[in-house]
Amino acid sequence: MTAAPTRLACFGGIYSNYLALEAALADVRRRGVDAVYCLGDLGAFGPHPDRVFPLLADHDVVCVQGNYDDSVGNELDDCQCGYVDPQDNHFAQISYDYTLAHTSAEHRAYLRQLPAEIRLEIDSRRVLLCHGSPRRTNEFVWESTASDHFLERLCREADADVVLATHTGIKWQRQLAEGRQFVNVGVLGRPENDGRRNVWYTLVEFGGDQVQVEFVPVEYDFARLAREMADEGLPAEFQETIRTGWWTTCLEILPVKERRRGAF
Amino acid sequence: MAATLPVIDDPRVPQVELASFDQLWFQVAGTLCNLTCHHCFISCSPKNDSFGFLSLDEVQQRLAESVPLGVNEYYFTGGEPFLNPQMVEILIATLEYGPATVLTNATVLKDEWLQRLADADAASRFSLEFRVSIDGFSPETNDPIRGEGTFARALRGIVKLVEYDFLPIITAARSWPEADEARVVGEFTEMLRREGYRRPRLKILPMLHLGAEVERTHGYRPSERITAEMMKGFDRSQLICDHARIVTDRGVCVCPILIEAPDAVLGQSLAEADRPFGLSHGACYTCYQYGAICSNPSAASGGGHAARPT
Ligand code: SF4
Ligand code: SF4
Repeated sequence: MTAAPTRLACFGGIYSNYLALEAALADVRRRGVDAVYCLGDLGAFGPHPDRVFPLLADHDVVCVQGNYDDSVGNELDDCQCGYVDPQDNHFAQISYDYTLAHTSAEHRAYLRQLPAEIRLEIDSRRVLLCHGSPRRTNEFVWESTASDHFLERLCREADADVVLATHTGIKWQRQLAEGRQFVNVGVLGRPENDGRRNVWYTLVEFGGDQVQVEFVPVEYDFARLAREMADEGLPAEFQETIRTGWWTTCLEILPVKERRRGAF
Repeated sequence: MAATLPVIDDPRVPQVELASFDQLWFQVAGTLCNLTCHHCFISCSPKNDSFGFLSLDEVQQRLAESVPLGVNEYYFTGGEPFLNPQMVEILIATLEYGPATVLTNATVLKDEWLQRLADADAASRFSLEFRVSIDGFSPETNDPIRGEGTFARALRGIVKLVEYDFLPIITAARSWPEADEARVVGEFTEMLRREGYRRPRLKILPMLHLGAEVERTHGYRPSERITAEMMKGFDRSQLICDHARIVTDRGVCVCPILIEAPDAVLGQSLAEADRPFGLSHGACYTCYQYGAICSNPSAASGGGHAARPT
């Protein structure tokens, strides 16, 4: 008799989008999974950062600490996203200052104690859950700028067969040599810069010869989110991203292939 | 040239190891360039052949060598890379291995090359980045540094790259006071938009006081050196030599900035070049002050708490 497959639901970057989080968790519940993981960056960008925490607690979501969580938890000066363009940094700072000011002390304490990584062993596979990369919480690992042999080295150095990460805001996955796999699970916080308004989470199923990865689109009330962002005085540029599905800020960090797909 | 780069033999000079071999650079055009910019930190010119072209064969061999080392990104520089007659083939070959970035002055680009590169780019999973060097937003700021008429020529090259949808990153060495930065950058961006570059990508570099730049302003003062004290608590990943090496026709050197320094060649193979380097040079001081000036923005990761390896 073979054991039932183990199914994980994973997402990153909630960015205070509690409406998308609610919708994703409802979908996860319908499908039935063994565990739910958030790979970090609970706050940022969206309104009312405190609203995501009760949802995570109610659904037993286990969280990894993202750079934003480290910053907010420890009340640092900036989000540590590592943008290099002055305009990008300008918007990142608005978002960070708002998020820090509106995250309660209790939730800051929660963020502070989150682990930088989580290791699992499933079906004799070593699984590493992290935020940016196995070696750096805020490393951007983009699909078009990661060679196969580099990803294999990251896995090797981290003693992992499967690496699950987020941080860049765009999902992707790569099958590597020796059955290894690197998966960017995407983000719930904002759409993917493809002109669609939905966001994404990821189902990872262990059991067969291969680890199965399914990216799941999440529809939610984006118009309401954008309205609430406006009411909170968050930049029109952020609302536009939510309403249109195109990124309007923090674009200089994108490699050319990912940038070309966007509108700006 | 080497005379401007004294090696300071001092046990207090901090050593930096190749912590992670993430970037492999190629001095693919040696020191040969069709231009003779005053600020060129390795004094490239049409006649400076102290470093020569790398052949497609040599590049192929290095690409294969880089696989077991887990190298991530490949960068091509010179001189002017597109003076190398095999440059298009070299980039096409590289896109089989990983992302490629080429640093060009955009004054010699041909449509036929760009069409072939656009096809290769479309067929590849990896990004092909063009970085174009220019100085300031007008011939008045650019041409005194880069030569008469070079602003107009570079602009035509940029427009060409935009036509093929390469979205080039425009790299400008800072030739203006930092206080004027917002205005200078704003005007430059506007100019690029008027030329049809709807979403210009910019990267501002610090001026390096090396090579021809020594004549233009001043060299490094002896006090402008990195000390062991300064390295305490410093995020070394801000230095290129922490995660890169460069292949030249004389061997594998520590970083793209110091190829002419007498101690820069670290070995003949990539594996040999994986050894520590003493930061004894004035240019090291600039790296220390300004951070990873040579990498693409997409390869950036910020400093601070979260930047620590986990
Ligand atoms: S700065 Fe660039 S374009 Fe100018 S001479 Fe040097 S290599 Fe050539
Ligand atoms: S010039 Fe910069 S990159 Fe080169 S060895 Fe010195 S510190 Fe390292």
